[in-house]
Amino acid sequence: MGALKNPANLFTALVLLIFALTPVVAPLIGESFYVTVFARIMIWAIAAVSLNLIMGYGGLISFGHAVYLGIGGYTVGILAFHGVTSAWIQWPVGILLSGLIALVFGAISLRTKGVYFIMITLALAQMIFFLSISAERYGSDDGLNILTRSDFGIGFFSLNDKLTMYYTIFAILLASVFVSWRMVNSRFGAVMRAAKSNDTRVQSIGVSTYRYRLTAFVIAGMMCGVAGLLQANLKRFVSPDMMNGHRSGELIFMVVLGGTGTLFGPILGAAAFVLLEEWLSAITIYWHFLFGALLILVVLFWRGGLNGLIDWIGRAAWRKRS
Amino acid sequence: MDYVLLTEQFLNGFQLGIILFLMAAGLTLVFGIMDLVNLAHGSLFMIGAFVGGTLALLTGSFVIGLLLMIPAMLVIGILVEVTALRTLYPRDHLDQVLATFGLILFFNEAVRLIWGPEGLVVPLPESLDGIVSLGFGITYPVYRIFIIVIGLLVAFGLYLLVSKTRIGMLIRAGASNRTMAGALGVNIPKLFTLVFGIGAVLAGLAGLIITPITQAQIGMGEDVLILAFVVIVIGGIGSIRGAFIASIVTGVIDTLGRSFLDVVLLLFLPANAAESAGPAVSSMLIYILMAAILFFRPQGLFPPKGAG
Repeated sequence: MGALKNPANLFTALVLLIFALTPVVAPLIGESFYVTVFARIMIWAIAAVSLNLIMGYGGLISFGHAVYLGIGGYTVGILAFHGVTSAWIQWPVGILLSGLIALVFGAISLRTKGVYFIMITLALAQMIFFLSISAERYGSDDGLNILTRSDFGIGFFSLNDKLTMYYTIFAILLASVFVSWRMVNSRFGAVMRAAKSNDTRVQSIGVSTYRYRLTAFVIAGMMCGVAGLLQANLKRFVSPDMMNGHRSGELIFMVVLGGTGTLFGPILGAAAFVLLEEWLSAITIYWHFLFGALLILVVLFWRGGLNGLIDWIGRAAWRKRS
Repeated sequence: MDYVLLTEQFLNGFQLGIILFLMAAGLTLVFGIMDLVNLAHGSLFMIGAFVGGTLALLTGSFVIGLLLMIPAMLVIGILVEVTALRTLYPRDHLDQVLATFGLILFFNEAVRLIWGPEGLVVPLPESLDGIVSLGFGITYPVYRIFIIVIGLLVAFGLYLLVSKTRIGMLIRAGASNRTMAGALGVNIPKLFTLVFGIGAVLAGLAGLIITPITQAQIGMGEDVLILAFVVIVIGGIGSIRGAFIASIVTGVIDTLGRSFLDVVLLLFLPANAAESAGPAVSSMLIYILMAAILFFRPQGLFPPKGAG
């Protein structure tokens, strides 16, 4: 339990507890609305955790990560459109397709570095975005309504049930954090982190960083694809908008806001982002104005994200007491 | 395929290429010299359209509006550089991406606040409103020829500036080795403010001259920005010549692909398959081109000499 002595981890445990209890508590205090908000937060958190795998630990700034949300989402949408509603088909197809596209995109973009990498991931993601716009059969810009949610064929387990939906998302979030934790603390993760700090040195030791990075890229893509599957099921709607460049930018912001390269940072970042969006947009329709300014200020003056902030506050309080 | 339509579409593609070049020229210099990822370059395109369009409507003349827009964009560009971007040079790419993404949100809302959500309609200048015959039965709108001519003039001017003047020499030196140029006494920060200002003017010019065709809209620069990224990746970061050639190639391939690909696909696919695959494949065409070029030349077609 040594990890709980770390203030940021303690705070995250609290946040996870809030996630776990929301569906029970929110209706009691008359705020059922927050159940959906928290479900959305957790889906974004899964996507942010997946991006953090490559960006936080590997230093690979993908500006096209939201495309896998779209791939996962459209898999549910298009298969349901053709009458295939079984989750046992939809989900494996969605995950494999995300992985396959990540493999192709990664193979191309990982040949480059720095600015090139950022621009190419953005451009490749935009290609899929335009593809979805040109698909008239599946609604073009207007998107595609999904009449039935993924069907697992188990009587008591149906995503139409709000609680089942919520706790499925919660369980997948925990699973994705677990996967990320196992990966980062393995030999594989060590190579990723080493390559982030000095690629040339790792290569000269005789490790092919390209293969490691590509593997991480594919795993992150598949994980984000799952977030897309969930998002389509939650909203029962997919549209090109869920994978445009703005979504990818927001994902990067969530990771940085929470704390890049920390295990739970992306979850905190996603929560802060969605809640800020809810509250600011209630105050003014020009909330993007405040949001953009906030983004710039966070980058310029506030390194380490929420995770670092809580850590700092916790340690300061600890010191005062002793 | 008749040659009249082919020529017209070729010219349309060339015109798109010109717009892309105006965007890419500024971007490629900013990337090349300061290694700064500027996502907000598309916002300058949008601001140029709104500011220039307003000036044109106020003065009642498109040309005067265009001329007034140039100093306005220079000032705006320098302001953005001095207030926001200057602190970002020593930061890593992640910080640059985020801060300039913040700038996009900021500028989009600023434009929404000032001009309202519905955008701005700028009419075609009357003297340029018409169709001209190019012989062989080919006709083409005068205004699009105007865009092509302006773009070629700017490209030629840039070529002279970069390859024949002292400032151009400094810019090239900065693009191929920033540290070395600085060590030899070039005032890199000042040079960069100037380059960014020029880039802002070019982006604003591109935004303004396309406005009579598309009208000014919030976020109009973002799609163009991504195409400009593709252009820069193909052409090689920091190379004006690469940006020009890649712009024209990208513009022409994209436009011809959109208009003729389904016809080509008809040659070896059944009609309904060709009809549905046509738009899908043509929207991916330039990205496939980019991927192919990257595969063989990860540095782009024309990387500046000496850049590492």
